[in-house]
Amino acid sequence: MAVPIEQSSAALPPDDEAPAGRRSGAGLLRSAGALLGVLPFAVYAGLFLVVPTAAIVFGAFQDPETGGFTLGNLGIAFHGIYLQGFVTSIELSVITSVVPGVLGLVIAYAVQTSRSGALKRAVSTASGVFANFGGVPLAFLFIATVGSSGLAVDWLKGVGFNPYDHGFSLYTFSGIALVYLYFQIPLMVLVITPALEGLRPAWREAADNLGASGWQYWRLVGGPVLLPSFLGSVLLLFGGAFSAYATTQALTSGSLAITPIQIGTFLNGNVLSGQENVGKALGFGMVVIIAVVMVVYAVLQRRASKWLH
Amino acid sequence: MVALTSAPGVESPGAPRGGAGLAVLKRSWGRWVVLLAAGVYFLVPLYAALRFAVQTPDGGTSLGVFSGIPDQQGFPDAFGLSIKLAVVTTVITLVLMVPTAIYVHLRLPKVRRLFEGITILPIVIPPVVLIVGVLQAAPGALKGTPYLLALEYAVLAMPFAYRSLDAGLQALNLKTLVEASRSLGGGWLTTGFRVLLPNLRSALLAATILTVALVLGEYTMASLDQYETFPVWVVVYDQANAHVSVAVSLLALVGTWLLLILISLIDTRRRSSPPGES
Repeated sequence: MAVPIEQSSAALPPDDEAPAGRRSGAGLLRSAGALLGVLPFAVYAGLFLVVPTAAIVFGAFQDPETGGFTLGNLGIAFHGIYLQGFVTSIELSVITSVVPGVLGLVIAYAVQTSRSGALKRAVSTASGVFANFGGVPLAFLFIATVGSSGLAVDWLKGVGFNPYDHGFSLYTFSGIALVYLYFQIPLMVLVITPALEGLRPAWREAADNLGASGWQYWRLVGGPVLLPSFLGSVLLLFGGAFSAYATTQALTSGSLAITPIQIGTFLNGNVLSGQENVGKALGFGMVVIIAVVMVVYAVLQRRASKWLH
Repeated sequence: MVALTSAPGVESPGAPRGGAGLAVLKRSWGRWVVLLAAGVYFLVPLYAALRFAVQTPDGGTSLGVFSGIPDQQGFPDAFGLSIKLAVVTTVITLVLMVPTAIYVHLRLPKVRRLFEGITILPIVIPPVVLIVGVLQAAPGALKGTPYLLALEYAVLAMPFAYRSLDAGLQALNLKTLVEASRSLGGGWLTTGFRVLLPNLRSALLAATILTVALVLGEYTMASLDQYETFPVWVVVYDQANAHVSVAVSLLALVGTWLLLILISLIDTRRRSSPPGES
């Protein structure tokens, strides 16, 4: 359904622009007048989205003492503890997008191939709900579950296995990753299900009739068709994990040094003199990374829509 | 939408094949293992939180913790502030987005993609980054009030609000509705308030619910702007009484859940009887 719309709007501009080029001054004035209708929105988005973003970018390149141009902030932001922060953030985001990506795909496939409509509806509703669980409440749910005296930890201790003796802690990297799965898996189920629905039974039957094994079908037909959707969905999860702040802050009180937490500490006032703008440089770095991820995502979505509509 | 409605009907072909009985059994066995494991992972934390919340110091259980929430120190102020922010944000979002979305759909179909792109931008700029820029750029008068948060929450709500409105507008035959109303002598205000808004009822409700849910749960910007909204209070209060914080979190999740169920109910109703669809 999305595709015909895309095509029609993609086809429109050339048709319209040809006469527009020849249009008189009055016509131009009229289309400028038509744009006045979106002025309130444009002004609002400008004031509360574009101006703050511009302040970040500007500040990232500004010397806090002289006010002049400098690359010093970025230099600090990409060295030492701040570079480590980016590395940890990216590691955490990769793990919490690839693992739930695969698990979500498996769950979505298990549901999709079932013949129970009730199961499909139940999983789709539950996914919509759990994908929106996040932030502070989720942190407390997990404190009660796998905190040092949480219920699941008690159960495991009961069978002689204390995860806290084996390098696990809710308040470190491993724990945070476990918590993120809680909203990332359902999100993956939500975004990958339409792609699985797009795999036509006829393709599978055609492959079977031609003597293909199940593995050959997935390697040569199903896999290639699904791949762009799968990668795109994983990137979407990556973006969400990369910018998340609340859950980690609530769980670790800022002791896990990922980039969003480091940016937060700049606002809380513990800043060395001369480094006032490093927080903005970090923010600039985050925006650049997410923007790259989103561009790749858009490209993959376009590829995915070639086969799946 | 097409895929959604046709999905339950297309399951039959290709499922059971002759001689594949064992494979089907094996596959469905695998399916139940997967679903069971997922079920355990998603339900155990809910159960653990409930158990932790109702535990009393002497080892018994009591639901008193839930009824005691409104009396906890700081709760009325924090919750009140969050409600006020939710109301202000919703008003800003609707006043800003509804006329613009209608106008763009009706008059400027060419800039629709651009408009959509701008409303998606807040997803690219994480709240933790945005608040840094906001506190840098905002004039002092705004920085001294919590309503600066409402102004920014309206930005964060843009992607969700726009998508709801866009879905509602696409389901309408907007041009016909407007032309009919105009040719019957309705002015622009009459057309807007008596023709378009009633037809967009469910889209407006969905946009409102999503905005309210976002504001009530937002922690990042509020905590960094040093205002004690509801989620910030939950974290701070954990130091005093962890049982209360877990109980409140559980209620917040159930509340969000109910709101989302409400949206999906509205959505189903909209699908079964699309108003004004040609």
